[in-house]
Amino acid sequence: MSQVPVIKAENVDLTFETNDGPVHALKGVDLDIGKGEFVSFIGPSGCGKTTFLRCIAALETPTGGTLTVNGLTPDGARKARAYGYVFQAAGLYPWRTIGGNIRLPLEIMGYSKSDQAERVKNVLQLVDLDGFEKKYPWQLSGGMQQRASIARALAFDADILLMDEPFGALDEIVRDRLNEELLGLWARTGKTIGFVTHSIPEAVYLSTKIVVMSPRPGRITDVIESPLPAERPLDIRDSAAFIEVAHRVREGLRAGHGDAV
Amino acid sequence: MRRFVPVLTVLAAILALWYAACVPMNIHSTVNLARVHGFEAMPEGRRARAEMGALQLAAMNPEAVPFVWSEEKPRLPAPHQVAGELWGAVTDFAPTDKRSLVFHAWATLSATLLGFAIGTGLGVLLAVGIVHNRAMDMSVMPWAIASQTIPILAIAPMVIVVLASVGLTGLLPKALISAYLSFFPVVVGMVKGLRSPDAMQLDLLRTYNASDTETFFKLRLPAAMPYLFASLKVGAAASLVGTIVGELPSGGGEGIGARLLAGSYYGQTIQIWAALFMAAIVAAGFVGLIGWVQGRTLHRMGLAR
Repeated sequence: MSQVPVIKAENVDLTFETNDGPVHALKGVDLDIGKGEFVSFIGPSGCGKTTFLRCIAALETPTGGTLTVNGLTPDGARKARAYGYVFQAAGLYPWRTIGGNIRLPLEIMGYSKSDQAERVKNVLQLVDLDGFEKKYPWQLSGGMQQRASIARALAFDADILLMDEPFGALDEIVRDRLNEELLGLWARTGKTIGFVTHSIPEAVYLSTKIVVMSPRPGRITDVIESPLPAERPLDIRDSAAFIEVAHRVREGLRAGHGDAV
Repeated sequence: MRRFVPVLTVLAAILALWYAACVPMNIHSTVNLARVHGFEAMPEGRRARAEMGALQLAAMNPEAVPFVWSEEKPRLPAPHQVAGELWGAVTDFAPTDKRSLVFHAWATLSATLLGFAIGTGLGVLLAVGIVHNRAMDMSVMPWAIASQTIPILAIAPMVIVVLASVGLTGLLPKALISAYLSFFPVVVGMVKGLRSPDAMQLDLLRTYNASDTETFFKLRLPAAMPYLFASLKVGAAASLVGTIVGELPSGGGEGIGARLLAGSYYGQTIQIWAALFMAAIVAAGFVGLIGWVQGRTLHRMGLAR
């Protein structure tokens, strides 16, 4: 990765003041994410992986260090609509159809009516939901709702996609399928993806770079550049290379736990 | 038919209870009128009878019992008397006649509709202010609650008199009292509704860099709709009560409240009950109408399944 990083974190700190004293959600986080990378953040709960993603999205503000997104401050990048964000729950508006939900960001960002229709059609195809435009969210399964919410984040031209445990609430069969589809989508769109998960196989399967984090204070304990090829069928998970990476992730997680206790 | 069986059962039980209650409620006055009805009162002497229990008196005067359901000025009129009075007051006169109950019902309903509209508008505006402005959030709610703890019966005459002294009479003073009662549930429901979107949904709009206005119209307002309709139903009932209370001090004027007051002046209990039932019918119709609009709106929004 020789080019300028899309996301650059230098010594990022975030301390929450609570009644029980300060909580160090993030401490000394250094990380570069290059264009087109697929970066997973993995770690036990409380390690700050979601908090860091929210810092990139300017939903939280670091209390120390510098963080730039596309060379801008996170808030500047947010105002420039530099990223799409997928939350843990699909969070579709029940009073809007699937098409209406995907149109929501487009309406706010002022796309023309014809452009909106075109884009809705395209992203629905992208997430394999054609024909569901006029359905309401409650008529869709959980996996389909999450796909619709990904479509919503893809509908506008943001070259960064931030995903916070998007498949955490889904069963493993659906999750495998969506993981495979997500890789295909990433290959087609060339977006830079930040992906929070607590599943080791998911992180290893998806990522070009795996960031292992540990709690108290939330910090990075290991950054693993994945040696796996770009083309990844599901059964790559039985290969020796995959198992080796998964092992290293597990070691990193254990080490993080060890010095916390 | 299945749906109606429970409804009819409850209705029959209420009617039976009502007819039964007429006996102890009216037996004293019926026995006092024994001469008119053509039987001998037992025991002799009003004082002795007044000191007796109602059921005991009824047991001693079984021939008086049928008359308790047909007294002219009973303490508790029988259902068929109320129904007859209601039917007569609706059908015997043209709707524009002051003796027609339809005339009075319309006078009340029109003031109620105006008051409800004012109250709902005010309630929604206050709720929007409370949700978007910290100073209003801290200050308005205690006042709104305090306003509802004041007995409306106490201030309604003052409002009517004060407004009349500045030349405001007729519909508006009543409507204002009605609005005073109906804005409160709307404020409470709307504040709850506008705040119902969770942090994630608000964060989502933040990632789109949406303005407060867009957040309001695209998220908060639609999310508040089910809450708004629930409040509107409560507000509708309250606004009707407000109007009727506002009509009480107007003395011999128009409306169901005026009719209630006239009835109580002259001891016309049947007329009072008929007016009460008219008020209930108007309220039921009003709330039913809101329910219909609610069903249509939520269905169109895809919120009703």
